[in-house]
Amino acid sequence: MTPIRFSPSSLKEGRWYEYLIRFALGGAATVFTGLVSSRYGAFIGGLFLALPAIFCASATLIEKHEIRRKREAGLTGGRRGQLAAAVDSAGAALGAIGMLAFAIVFSLTAEISIAAAFTGASFAWLVISMAAWYVRRKARSVRRVRTEQEGSGSSIRRSR
Amino acid sequence: MTEYVIRFLIGGAAVSAFAMLGDLLRPKSFAGLFGAAPSVALATLGIAVYQHGVDYAVSQTQAMIAGAIALAVYSVVVCHLLVRAKLRAVTATLLSLIVWVMVAFGLLMFTGGQA
Repeated sequence: MTPIRFSPSSLKEGRWYEYLIRFALGGAATVFTGLVSSRYGAFIGGLFLALPAIFCASATLIEKHEIRRKREAGLTGGRRGQLAAAVDSAGAALGAIGMLAFAIVFSLTAEISIAAAFTGASFAWLVISMAAWYVRRKARSVRRVRTEQEGSGSSIRRSR
Repeated sequence: MTEYVIRFLIGGAAVSAFAMLGDLLRPKSFAGLFGAAPSVALATLGIAVYQHGVDYAVSQTQAMIAGAIALAVYSVVVCHLLVRAKLRAVTATLLSLIVWVMVAFGLLMFTGGQA
């Protein structure tokens, strides 16, 4: 299983305008949520707290970086870019489970203490996301080992 | 007007911080968790509590439950469109927004506005 690690070199791959786009999209999504809430009420506005507006930019940037890296190595990299973005979106699906935990914990604890609600909800997001990621990784590695064992088992039987 | 400028700056800063953290982390599937970080939620809920009170923020997070389920479905759909339909990331992510809207509002209607 690949360990979790920091890779500071990946920050160098980004261009300044890419960070600016993310900042602008994040700001725009927050303004949009505020506008929807004031026009249609807190309930409809709340839906947009989980709008994947920034995810579109992130996935596109990941694909672009992967293509750029492969082009520098003399390859096209189109397919590799798509797969890198797909891995990121699989991670986002698990992060969404954490976001669900964030919303539940916040709505249950906010009336007791607002500071505890923010802290508890953020902690719930982190723990549940990481646990979901870990369980998925473990399940995949177990499945891979089992497939390899079945493959070698059948080849032994065939050789007999 | 000032309120929306503040919203823009806080939201932009929160989203950028989580996105940069995601850039720094490896493997990519783990970094992807930060693509679904509650960055917009943290910025918006802070302002909501300050401006409208706790009840308003609680209503928002109750609806956010439906939004988060829709986000999980959205991410799975994007993943499949990229792997199986071999679409470009920009096409897959934008096209899947239809799925997010349908699931989010569908859940809200199904629960009778009490997500």
